[in-house]
Amino acid sequence: MPNRELIEAMQRYNEELVKAGVLLAADGLHASSGGIRISYPEPGGKPKVTDGPFTEAKEIIAGYTLIEVKSKEEAIEWALRMPDPHGFGEGQIELRQVIDLHDLMEDPETLAKEIALREQLERSKP
Amino acid sequence: MTDSLAGRTIDAIWRIESARLIAGLARMVRDVGLAEDLAQDALVIALEKWPETGIPDNPGAWLMTTAKRRAIDLLRRNKLRDQKYEEMARGSELYTEDEVDRAVDGEVGDDLLRLIFTSCHPVLSRDARVALTLRLLGGLTTDEIARAFLVPESTVAQRIVRAKKTLSAERVGFEAPSGEALKGRLSAVLEVIYLMFNEGYSATSGGEWLRPTLCREALRLGRILAEIAPAESEVHGLVALMELQSSRFRTRVGANGEPILLMDQNRGLWDHLLIRRGLAALERARALGGPLGPYALQASISACHAQATVAASTDWVRIAALYEALSRVQPSAIVELNRAVAIAMAFGPAFGLQLVEELASEPALANYYLLPSVRGDLLVKLGRAAEAREQFELAAALTRNERERELLLKRAAECDLTELK
Repeated sequence: MPNRELIEAMQRYNEELVKAGVLLAADGLHASSGGIRISYPEPGGKPKVTDGPFTEAKEIIAGYTLIEVKSKEEAIEWALRMPDPHGFGEGQIELRQVIDLHDLMEDPETLAKEIALREQLERSKP
Repeated sequence: MTDSLAGRTIDAIWRIESARLIAGLARMVRDVGLAEDLAQDALVIALEKWPETGIPDNPGAWLMTTAKRRAIDLLRRNKLRDQKYEEMARGSELYTEDEVDRAVDGEVGDDLLRLIFTSCHPVLSRDARVALTLRLLGGLTTDEIARAFLVPESTVAQRIVRAKKTLSAERVGFEAPSGEALKGRLSAVLEVIYLMFNEGYSATSGGEWLRPTLCREALRLGRILAEIAPAESEVHGLVALMELQSSRFRTRVGANGEPILLMDQNRGLWDHLLIRRGLAALERARALGGPLGPYALQASISACHAQATVAASTDWVRIAALYEALSRVQPSAIVELNRAVAIAMAFGPAFGLQLVEELASEPALANYYLLPSVRGDLLVKLGRAAEAREQFELAAALTRNERERELLLKRAAECDLTELK
């Protein structure tokens, strides 16, 4: 778990995002030692479920923040204001853009596949 | 760092900082127009300096300090020249930078609230309120606002200049209303935000750019307002309504641009994060207690649809009751028509048709294509095809939307087929 100082800094940061009306969701994640991995050792074969802790842990995803902004630069600017997530100069923040369905609209084939996939996901829900 | 990258970065910083900057400065100089000019001056200086010196660690503070220095110069100069300004400056006791710091670094939320109440002030026309709010609180450029409303940039520029002049001429102070005045003024603010949202939501032209920009901006302003005025139930109600409606963005128009009705939409494509946010906002509105206002009631109706995983499981009885409550707080013929639809769904088409026929004499709905369209739909369900056909044709003649007309004429033609059978 992160120390109290970092937690407080993150809370202040999240509050700033909320007050600017850009925060959609944010969560911290438990350590990967309590995580579960599902792998597919053989193509088409049965999945393998492994409990943590895992031996090789080069990178740990500690949390995510989902914001809605107008430009890539605005996203970078907000990310620069986030406290160093590791607290010891070892942390890293990676920015990724959420795919908007409109991005796929250009290509009707991809769009059709995407819609079919989502329908399937919806059906498989309990 | 290239110039254009620096330029885009400065744009981004402006978008993040401008509202707080203008709000803080407006508190100092008591004039929103002047505050924006000062903030813009600071931006111009930043655009000159930053590409060479690099962007400062705390760009917001840099912009504020620069703008404050100019404000102090201005106040000092005016103090010597102008008795009126002297009073203004004395009133706020802003002479040294330390004093300015203390005044400006106060509660940012309060300043933002004052700014939004000022830009949505009743002395301004609705168009002016929307343009000024997008400019001062959204940090949008005149060009962006013009593109969103499909009007020439000069029109928006004039609208904003005139709005600032009006605020100054009418001596609108930089204050947030309190007590009795608050409710009325707050509903003016909510109206501006919802107007902005609907302008984007109902846009049928203007391409992909228009709709997301206005809707997102309205939603962002609503979310900000919910933070700075958390005790107002209707603020949360409006946010809930906008979040829930936004959750259906992807599904309301088909691949060929044809509108898809709520009942026919693919619910798997709804945005479940926005639904969750909408339901949470609605819960906050309800938790504040008291009777629900028109926004919270509309959000409650929208929530009924959001919570139905398949169209057939929609709780129409509840929706009919909510429309009834809505027609009591905000009576309108359109709400009545919606109530009739809900009643038809909940208790059968005959009950709905009776209400719709009562509404046929309503002058407000005389040229409203949805009235005959709904009537036709209910007549079809009751097996009265010939009458339904007449209604669909009437609706087709009334609508201005080409795709809607096609759809209605198709339904009219289907009635013929039913009759032949």
